[in-house]
Amino acid sequence: MDDRASTSMRSPLGRVTGLGTAKDGTAHWWAQRLTAVALVPLCGWMLVAALAQPNLDYATVHAWLARPVDAFLAALCVAVLAVHSWLGTTEIVEDYVHGRAAKVVTLITLRFAHALVGAAGVFAILRLSMGTLGS
Amino acid sequence: MAEFKLPANSKVSQHGRVFKAPEGAKRVRRFRIYRYDPDSGENPRIDTYELDMDSCGPMVLDALIKIKNEVDPTLTFRRSCREGICGSCAMNIDGRNGLACICACDDIDGDVRISPLPHQPVVKDLVPDLTDFYAQYASIKPWLQTRTPAPPDRERLQSKEEQQKVDRPSACILCACCSTSCPSYWWNSDRYLGPAALLAAYRWIVDSRDEATGERLDELEDPFRLYRCHTIMNCTEACPKDLNPAQAIGELKQMLVHRRY
Repeated sequence: MDDRASTSMRSPLGRVTGLGTAKDGTAHWWAQRLTAVALVPLCGWMLVAALAQPNLDYATVHAWLARPVDAFLAALCVAVLAVHSWLGTTEIVEDYVHGRAAKVVTLITLRFAHALVGAAGVFAILRLSMGTLGS
Repeated sequence: MAEFKLPANSKVSQHGRVFKAPEGAKRVRRFRIYRYDPDSGENPRIDTYELDMDSCGPMVLDALIKIKNEVDPTLTFRRSCREGICGSCAMNIDGRNGLACICACDDIDGDVRISPLPHQPVVKDLVPDLTDFYAQYASIKPWLQTRTPAPPDRERLQSKEEQQKVDRPSACILCACCSTSCPSYWWNSDRYLGPAALLAAYRWIVDSRDEATGERLDELEDPFRLYRCHTIMNCTEACPKDLNPAQAIGELKQMLVHRRY
């Protein structure tokens, strides 16, 4: 990393150009913006729809998410939220975590955690939506 | 992990020297200036200089020169043109990056606090080591690249509108006020190019005469080189030449998206 303080005799230009460009980053940046735009209506709907329920106990939520459109939108919201959060937290790790090993471990953990939480959320909604009451 | 502790020799000692104003001074102003001499082995300290503003020029640089000439010749800083065009006297004044020569003491409330540009190694006192900053500028190849030979009898032509696109970005004086005000640059200056180098890259990318636009964009397309920019916009806020690096970086990102679809 920053070997400016060390005794490296590499030229400043060599140090700055480093390993070269990854020719990447645009897809990540664009996806982060697209998911953010998608989340505005999705989260808005989720909030309004959830608050419109008389309460949030199992029977009520089951009845709510038994409606196909509601279940679909809820699952979509959870999935997009997971992707957006993964993109954002990856960015934060790239900003602040500098040790090579620590960075790799954190990035992999984040990726797995978001896949897990996203898949679990979607699965839970599908099960709630398609299962019978009390199952 | 991110380092939350400062290296031992960056803790600023509170026991700086105080240079009192001369007897009979009427308009006294206090200048609190960061002092560091790596050869001494001592930690940095803040020295306080009291100046009689009746015998001092209006700008912060005037005060620094007066201190060096009349009070304490060991005070070290860079300066040259004293009119905002060379960029040498860039420093952190009253918590903001700027040029000491065009920053009026009267525009600052209370004590005038001066420290070097943030987050760069300090050579001595107010002189930062900008080696990597200049290398980053060199890395974007800040010169015209063409394949079409120049017309034998005249210069390469540009329309007025085309010239206007490069007119403002060309006015950058590489003072480093923008890059060293950018938190992303603080945390990742080894890989993020920073607003100054990106503004320079933009200047050549929008130049109608340049024929290496695609290669230049290729070189920038990197999660660190370009995309560490999170649109904090301290760069535009800090620029003493009223340039807009944040907008240039935004347009670079748009171009990179545009060429994919």
